[in-house]
Amino acid sequence: MVLAFKRETFRDDYTFRNSPEAVRRFPFPFDADTYMYSVNIEPHVAGRKGSVFEHPIDIDEHYVSEMRDRALVLKNDPLRCQTLPHMDLAGWDLVELLMVSMSEAYPEHFLLERNGNDWHWVNRPLGIDDRFTFGVTSTLPYGPMEYITRQCQGDFCLLDQRDGNLWVDAGMVTTQADWSMDFDLGMNFFEWHAPVPLAHEKGVFERALKFLMQLRQGHPVRRFNWTMSSTPRLDTSPENYHKWGYERALITPENVSERLHLRVELQALWRLPRSNAVVFSIRCYLASMNDIVSVPKWGRRLHRVLRDVHPALAEYKGLTRYRQTAVDFLSKYDDGQETSPGIWPD
Amino acid sequence: MSIKSRPRYSELELDIKSKRHIVVCDKNGAAAAQRMLRTSNVAAANTTVLVIGPGADKEEAGAFESMGCDVVMASPTIEAAMFRLDQVFAKATMGTRIYVAGIEGLIGQTVALAQRYGVKPMSVRQQHCGSLKRRVQCVHCKGVTEDVTTQIVTCAHCGVPLFVRDHFSRRLGAFMGVSADAEEAGVLPPIEEVFR
Repeated sequence: MVLAFKRETFRDDYTFRNSPEAVRRFPFPFDADTYMYSVNIEPHVAGRKGSVFEHPIDIDEHYVSEMRDRALVLKNDPLRCQTLPHMDLAGWDLVELLMVSMSEAYPEHFLLERNGNDWHWVNRPLGIDDRFTFGVTSTLPYGPMEYITRQCQGDFCLLDQRDGNLWVDAGMVTTQADWSMDFDLGMNFFEWHAPVPLAHEKGVFERALKFLMQLRQGHPVRRFNWTMSSTPRLDTSPENYHKWGYERALITPENVSERLHLRVELQALWRLPRSNAVVFSIRCYLASMNDIVSVPKWGRRLHRVLRDVHPALAEYKGLTRYRQTAVDFLSKYDDGQETSPGIWPD
Repeated sequence: MSIKSRPRYSELELDIKSKRHIVVCDKNGAAAAQRMLRTSNVAAANTTVLVIGPGADKEEAGAFESMGCDVVMASPTIEAAMFRLDQVFAKATMGTRIYVAGIEGLIGQTVALAQRYGVKPMSVRQQHCGSLKRRVQCVHCKGVTEDVTTQIVTCAHCGVPLFVRDHFSRRLGAFMGVSADAEEAGVLPPIEEVFR
């Protein structure tokens, strides 16, 4: 399938919009009318055709504009992409994973030719045509992780496994929901998740870590996370919070349908072959409240989830200031009917 | 409330298998370090001490010397001490154990420096003594503000009022500070002294 890439912005004038097709394939994250943290991990296997699960790495209509936004973030703050010295090999593993996946899933857009360690990579949407020696960093214009993640939607962290833990020792993080790669670099799994409320007490991270330490090559897994964004800003970083935080106070009953977005993270994890590191990808999808209520089941369900969300979660996710406005808007689309199980539209 | 990213501290315990000991402490931590060294007859003779604080050269340093520590240095401030400590770590050999006792800012900076020499943070033995005041890194400008006792503090570098998050980085030896009035400029909760 040939994708038509949109030209749009995720800052300033916010011209980001989903096409009707993008709304239909939006990964609505709630499989029931209530939400609480759990170890909601499932195998990352190919799903319905046209869905975000069709391919291991999903590329969509926002690809080119998202990559342009990432380049802007990095230009202003290079600390968003960091690698501890021992993670170079994992970076090359990631180059292989992403290039192979992208070129197999989207041959119209990406081409990979391999002759031993002589690799040829063509990225047509971004106008890139590079030859390099696999494993030799000096043959690329950036380090391996930075090179390929400047060309792939989603944030990426590389986790080193040692001493019975996973350590976030490298990452490209520019579309984050209020966490800092620069601050968290080098932390273990528990330290990294320290600010998350309720989940530690429920033992979520202990079970998740145990599970992820056993992750096998060729058997990736995935889970959803979610929050809300008061604009379609991808870079909701703590670094720039003093510049974008005021937008949270601008949601009104008049503009909530357009401005407020459900922000879904499709998180996937792969074991890497050479480094034994784990890739943690965090792909962000945005849908406005108008997008959501265009699917009756989603409108009903989001209303119920937001209305009943635990106050500590609402506070942590930064929803407090506009939650009631959102609930009031969504209530008009909740006729009280039962919703079917699962995430898919009826 | 426990903070998941903040190290849990206990009393310093001598590693009797180590051939050499490096002890870093401030005036609050000096007694803890001395107590630890006294648990062995031979440890002090194989120990380098760096004691920090105004007047430490006259007071605490003498106590370590009279215990028989073979190298005793003193610095008036943590900032000054880090230059000496850098050299001590650079010349340290295999089989050396590092200990630190004092306020969290000293612990954080010692661990962060040791990490640059390939020493794992968990292997530095740490005891917290004295004030709970925090070292806070501004997530916006990256500048570090020392000796923070309130939950809201003005960044000493960029001037943004920061809320101190319960999130600690061993690599940076600091808590995270994030703008406290980003959503409504100038609107701050009452400032309370909470880290004493």
